Amino acid sequence: MTEMVTWTCTGCALLCEDIQVSISDNRIEHVENACMKGKARVFGCKEQAVPTIHGDKADIDDVIKDAARILRDAKNPLLYGWSNSTNEAHIAGIELARTLGGIIDSTSSFCQGITVNEILSGSVPSCTLEEVREKADVIVFWGADPMSSHPRHMSKYSYFPRGELRQRGYEEDRTAISIDVWQSRTAKICKNGFHRIPPGKDAEFMRGLIEALSGRVPKLSFDYDVKRILELAATLKKAEFGVLFAGLGLIYSIKEDITLLSEFTAALNQFSHYSLIPMAGHFNMRGFNHTLHEKTGHIYRVKFVDGKAISGVEYSVIEQMKRNADAVLVVGSDPLASLPGSISKRLKDIPLILIDPCMNLTSRVADVTIPCSTSGIEAGGTAVRMDGKTMDIHALVQGNNMSDEKIIERIIEEVG
Amino acid sequence: MTNIMEIYQLLPKTNCKECGESTCMAFAVALLSGTRRFTECPPLVKEGKYIDSKQKLEKILKPIEGAEETGLIIHEELCSGCGNCVVACPVDVANDPHGSGRGTGPTNDKVIFKVVDGKVKAANVKECRRFGKDKILCRACIDPCPTEAIEFV
Repeated sequence: MTEMVTWTCTGCALLCEDIQVSISDNRIEHVENACMKGKARVFGCKEQAVPTIHGDKADIDDVIKDAARILRDAKNPLLYGWSNSTNEAHIAGIELARTLGGIIDSTSSFCQGITVNEILSGSVPSCTLEEVREKADVIVFWGADPMSSHPRHMSKYSYFPRGELRQRGYEEDRTAISIDVWQSRTAKICKNGFHRIPPGKDAEFMRGLIEALSGRVPKLSFDYDVKRILELAATLKKAEFGVLFAGLGLIYSIKEDITLLSEFTAALNQFSHYSLIPMAGHFNMRGFNHTLHEKTGHIYRVKFVDGKAISGVEYSVIEQMKRNADAVLVVGSDPLASLPGSISKRLKDIPLILIDPCMNLTSRVADVTIPCSTSGIEAGGTAVRMDGKTMDIHALVQGNNMSDEKIIERIIEEVG
Repeated sequence: MTNIMEIYQLLPKTNCKECGESTCMAFAVALLSGTRRFTECPPLVKEGKYIDSKQKLEKILKPIEGAEETGLIIHEELCSGCGNCVVACPVDVANDPHGSGRGTGPTNDKVIFKVVDGKVKAANVKECRRFGKDKILCRACIDPCPTEAIEFV
């Protein structure tokens, strides 16, 4: 019998909660309202992971025991990944790191973690995506291309929907602005609201905008029509409810000068009401930051020494993979595919454990692979959306594997 | 988008009337509207000198075969399922103001656009503002499409 289920999509950090899935005999047949990313998530891996030790198939209990042995024997184990896991798996992971006296870090370490830190510390104001839909009239995408990274972003929240205070929709009530180094799909939709700037000049352009907001004519080191920047400042000033979606393009460009975000939002808020939302990619990247913050007071890059958490750049996944880590547990990530080869190449020389539902590039070099259920498809829990709202996610079908949370709890028992 | 002159230039342009139309231009119009097929032009099929033109026509007319009555074509291979068209379509907003109009999935079957398995599908095309005697050249679903997956012929 076919059953129609309402589902929260875990394809990206938008966590769309209006997806309809038809299921028959524990098998997913069709999915409605989900974009291609959501569809790919629903229909799962190309190749399912299997339990292996040094490439040979093994019993699940044996692989868990072997993983525990590797982590117990290591002096400096690194637990990394976490952005495709539920908050409950994060809690188990933090407990494992504490038990081992190890280091825990997530993909947010080189992604939007720095932006989440600015929000959680209160330096930068934020708002929910529902507020964006109901109220936002000026929407700025800076170094972000949601039409490629979060396909339903503009249709569900930020531009096209009719909101309570934006009944005339995008045609008359909303202005979309894209500031980017190239004309992305999002920039094409923004039409005249697209401002192309040279790569690496985001900070300078932002400072120029702060000047323009104060009524001064900015001086820029690159060729840019001053009239356009003054017009942009005037548009930003006129907003009733503005929102800045900060993409990785912006964050990578200003990461050495991240306090500029608070300066910019403060400058905007002298004239209007502005908030910032980080364009988190993986469905629960922000959840890891929130859970770790709640448990340790830090958002990422944490080492446990005698049960006490300390944080610093030396405990980042990048620094640890380059030199210090002598064993790595990767949960729901593919560092060999996502990190530069100069950093990830060391993974083949140190003991590597991978917990993932799918086969990937990293599983080819992993000493131990432990298959887990896919979060949001075969296992439920909670996750944090890109705007910081905690969402319930539910399993759709019964899987054959344990959840990553359960696997980590088993490893903790073995490490004991 | 395919236009009438593009099709006409690929026909023999001899006005031989073998297809039953009075001119090659009339046959081109019939091809664009989807009422005739290019294989109904005897010289094009029989004479070897038109082989290149035949292949080009086959290629440019392929999308028209799948066109709705309004001329709506969805290039599924380009669609990312973003749903911009679902929310931007004024008919969808009018017929489902609390669903499609607010950015969530459609709450009834009166809408034109719906995303199924990651690709947009069209239904109720007679509701489209390009259809009927009061038709207008609405572009509300074309302009917001980031991948140019929607066109009208």
